[in-house]
Amino acid sequence: MIAGIRIGRGVRLITMLMAVLALCLGVVLGSGALSASASTTPVPTPTPTSDFTNTLSIGGILRDGDTLVEGAEITVAGAGGFSEVATTDDTGRWSVVVPEKGDYTVTLDPESLPDGVALRDPDKSEASVSADEWQTNTLTRSFPLGEDTRQTTGFFEQFLQRLVAGLNFGLLIALAAIGITLIFGTTGLNNFAHGEMVTFGAIVAWLVAVIAGLNIFLAMVIAVVLGGVFGYLNDWLLWKPLRRKGVKLVQAMIVSIGLAIALRYLYLFFIGGETKNMNVGLSDTVVLGPVRITTGSIFSMALSIVVLVLVGLFLTRTRIGKATRAVSDNPSLAAASGIDVDRIIRIVWVLSGSLAALAGVMLALYRQVSWDMGFQVLLLMFAAVTLGGLGSAYGALVGSIVVGLFVELSTLFIPPDLKYAAALVVLIVVLLVRPQGILGRKERIG
Amino acid sequence: MDWGNIFGNAVGEIISPTTAAYALAAIGLGVHFGYTGLLNFGQAAFLLIGAYAFAIPTLAGAPIIVAVLCAIACSVIFAFILGIPTLRLRADYLAIVTIASAEVVRFIVTTTGLTDFTGAANGLSGFKGTFAAINPIPAGTYGFGPFTYNEYDWWVRIVGWTLVVLASVLVWLLMRSPWGRVVKGIREDEDAVRSLGKNVYSYKMQALVIGGGLGSIAGIIFILPRAVQPANYTTGLTFFIWTIMLLGGAATIFGPIIGSMIFWVVLSLTQGILYGAIESGALGFLSTTQAGQIRFILVGVALMLLVIFRPQGIFGNKKELSFSV
Repeated sequence: MIAGIRIGRGVRLITMLMAVLALCLGVVLGSGALSASASTTPVPTPTPTSDFTNTLSIGGILRDGDTLVEGAEITVAGAGGFSEVATTDDTGRWSVVVPEKGDYTVTLDPESLPDGVALRDPDKSEASVSADEWQTNTLTRSFPLGEDTRQTTGFFEQFLQRLVAGLNFGLLIALAAIGITLIFGTTGLNNFAHGEMVTFGAIVAWLVAVIAGLNIFLAMVIAVVLGGVFGYLNDWLLWKPLRRKGVKLVQAMIVSIGLAIALRYLYLFFIGGETKNMNVGLSDTVVLGPVRITTGSIFSMALSIVVLVLVGLFLTRTRIGKATRAVSDNPSLAAASGIDVDRIIRIVWVLSGSLAALAGVMLALYRQVSWDMGFQVLLLMFAAVTLGGLGSAYGALVGSIVVGLFVELSTLFIPPDLKYAAALVVLIVVLLVRPQGILGRKERIG
Repeated sequence: MDWGNIFGNAVGEIISPTTAAYALAAIGLGVHFGYTGLLNFGQAAFLLIGAYAFAIPTLAGAPIIVAVLCAIACSVIFAFILGIPTLRLRADYLAIVTIASAEVVRFIVTTTGLTDFTGAANGLSGFKGTFAAINPIPAGTYGFGPFTYNEYDWWVRIVGWTLVVLASVLVWLLMRSPWGRVVKGIREDEDAVRSLGKNVYSYKMQALVIGGGLGSIAGIIFILPRAVQPANYTTGLTFFIWTIMLLGGAATIFGPIIGSMIFWVVLSLTQGILYGAIESGALGFLSTTQAGQIRFILVGVALMLLVIFRPQGIFGNKKELSFSV
């Protein structure tokens, strides 16, 4: 009997691995259709080392606001009389293959731009490429088009603007971070593959809303449902067998890193490296007093708040929610008092998968879809969870809002490309003074 | 398919400087995780700091010895910054803080505000002069078969692998000393060591500094055959070093070296075979970029399988590496 169960577990683990391998194989065999469209775009795919391709090229994307500019002529000239003209295609892309890593001049012909489109700064129709810039095989040059939209608002207006953006971003992070903290609470696992669950939701929504052209709200529902299924499969195929096998927490954490790498490159393989536009008509700007905000943002903030309240009610009012908190507190005691711990963990995975997918869809509305978008916010989610106190759902909410506000408000004082760094520095500082996090309990820090 | 070329490239990876750099970084990580049990997920930051702290003084005209010392000093300071808030906390806090700090330093060197120092997203180049100047090998091409390199490439390989051997001997001596026994005791049971009157915090800090220092030297070796590019130091680099360390065996002397060789030979082979198959039309529906991506899917799957089925790696002793948390 016992041997039978053992074999059963072994079979499941092997089934899981076969599934992963089959997935990879499926990737190789099934990529024909997608790769055809992916390989025609000259935009470079980010690869970890720069040694993969040997052709050198200069390229870019020409866009006026959200519209991609087609038919513009760009001349690349270099030493030895090299001169070649590229025309932007219907996705605004242009690319010129150059013979060597030398100096070049890139010129945009303003005459070739469509009517109504002009350079933002008429003197900037020329850009140069110098020989020592060739660290990679592809260089990009951009030409800002359209009216000068740089903001000249006062500090207070900017502050309010950032405050709203920060709240929005914080609520988004909270949706996904609650999943991380629930999984950590019930199983002790730091799930590094959570970012990929976020990306999953975004990609599903992109496929449904943009590629299939269906309604965005329908796409959102499909993404949330599939996200829940994805969470369930995660638990059923991987984590449950590993729990049975008695895999230790650090080991499980590294497994989740492996899973994250595999999934991330699987996404890259299928959808390619370029950022996907998620233009579904929710980008109209509304002016509320001093704050300019898109309808998409209002919608996403409202939905986040509703969902977060529902999750809170679920955790405090329903039997399953109470059982979830009991398992977080003490799994053995919960099991002894008749709670089916495995079932609770399964429910937590489904819930986390759905919430992460929802966060992914809204993140996609907020800043487009890319293969590593989830990983980019994963650390912020971890920062939020750690800030709030590992394992505490309310802590995750508070921590997320702190992180979101910090990311956006810090841009008032420091360069925007350091805004994520600022949020992570806050994490380190908080750990110095209050290691258990804002709402955490001291016993957890061991 | 040109099998000779594919195998030649793969065999060449065995002694390539990149393999040496990854091996060195994995030895450092072995001191952290394998021997002391510290979950350092920010080894890429030590490589980054080694690279920049070597390249920036060199470009400013400093002699090579000053640049190397600067790299080591910076990594020691960074180890303290990492260790002070986190080494008293539970292991997974160190994991989150190290991975966060690694990203923070990468954001900092990439920011456009520091272009004059770090070159921002373009990175740095042109710092090989002082290293090439102390090369005793006369100009020319040496070697046979796949191992044919010019004098600079040989010099990088010789220095790189000498450092790997020195680091391995150092770790071997350290780990059979009383210090090593205390450190391994911390890995097994922190409280027991503490009850013997040892200052666990201080030992952990020393281990963090030593492993980080090895990481920064690895960072120097890593950039000698190429340019410094901030995009190379993402968390992906850290995870590759983890894969290498776990492949060979975390708490072993030869594990990181053999792990690095296997990792790079297998990566080179899969790349060669996939590219060859694409050129010959057998996998014509794939693009070469996609072939590159398949390799990383495989790395992820390999990492999972390794940790589940053989956490002690190729050389490790299952009793010794018992993921205690």
